[in-house]
Amino acid sequence: MTQTRLVEVRQNVLKHNDLLARELRNRFEAANIFVVSLVSSPGSGKTAFLEKTLTRLKEKYKVAALVGDLETENDAKRLARAEVPAKQIITGTICHLEAAMVEKSLEDWNLDELDFLFIENVGNLVCPSSYDLGEALRVVLMSTTEGEDKPRKYPTIFNSADVAVITKMDLAEACEFDKQAAYSSIEAVRPGMRIFEVSSKTGAGIDEWLEFLESQLISNLNI
Amino acid sequence: MHELSVALSIIEGATEEARKHENAKVEAVHLKLGRLSGVVKDALLFSWEIACQGTTLENVRLEIEEIPIVAFCVNCQSNQSIEAINNLVCPQCETPVTEIVSGRELIVTALEICEKE
Repeated sequence: MTQTRLVEVRQNVLKHNDLLARELRNRFEAANIFVVSLVSSPGSGKTAFLEKTLTRLKEKYKVAALVGDLETENDAKRLARAEVPAKQIITGTICHLEAAMVEKSLEDWNLDELDFLFIENVGNLVCPSSYDLGEALRVVLMSTTEGEDKPRKYPTIFNSADVAVITKMDLAEACEFDKQAAYSSIEAVRPGMRIFEVSSKTGAGIDEWLEFLESQLISNLNI
Repeated sequence: MHELSVALSIIEGATEEARKHENAKVEAVHLKLGRLSGVVKDALLFSWEIACQGTTLENVRLEIEEIPIVAFCVNCQSNQSIEAINNLVCPQCETPVTEIVSGRELIVTALEICEKE
């Protein structure tokens, strides 16, 4: 006689990643670092935006960056131009960063010395949405050269983010970028999300973004 | 596509759980999959077959229950089912909804086992 029955399990599939991300978040909080992750499609200007952000922030704060890519160390080299600690995470064939990769990359860094840590995810608007990296703020970027309806096409990642940054504003006119349409597209998938408009090339909008980061750092400090 | 990594994580968890039932054969793994989880059902089923090959879960079914998005509408003061993932507004009053109640699930809920005795 055989008998089929159901055994209840209730197990979060990504629990290993989630547990590790929680540990990382606790470590970051204990060390008073504000951790920001960046997600976007390839070519939307994450690295240029990060370079600008790091260059400006380092005048006042200790900053560092981790950058994920399938191959090459080009992005870390670019960020090194900002003269801040930058480390490349080469994922090989994996299309997203996971908490374990972040943890491993931090091994020889003293977190207590840092104020801000930036984690640039692999350029991909799909897979990174499922993986918590222990960040305090997830930023999704879209550029004026992409379609305004990108958020509606990739709702999950936009919904998982905390703020949105529209990059390459200097190209908005040339691309006939419809700002209203982009805003309503973001609003449709993540109602109420704060949106920044920047140009990493001209520096427009960067001040407002940095003020926001500073306010976030201060409100997260355990004093 | 990260469904293969997800499939491997399911196998890992289910294999661990199956060890508690030595005298049984696992017939199926039951999974709740939210529409906002970022995982695509068909891609996951495709990955599942490949990922199971050569493991103790080879030929085991993956039963996926898709979970719709439910959000709390502050205007209606009630939970509402959201039809379109890219239009998060209350279907009754069109107020944008920010409080997601369900739809992010990626949970193994049960193993279907067949006891040998």
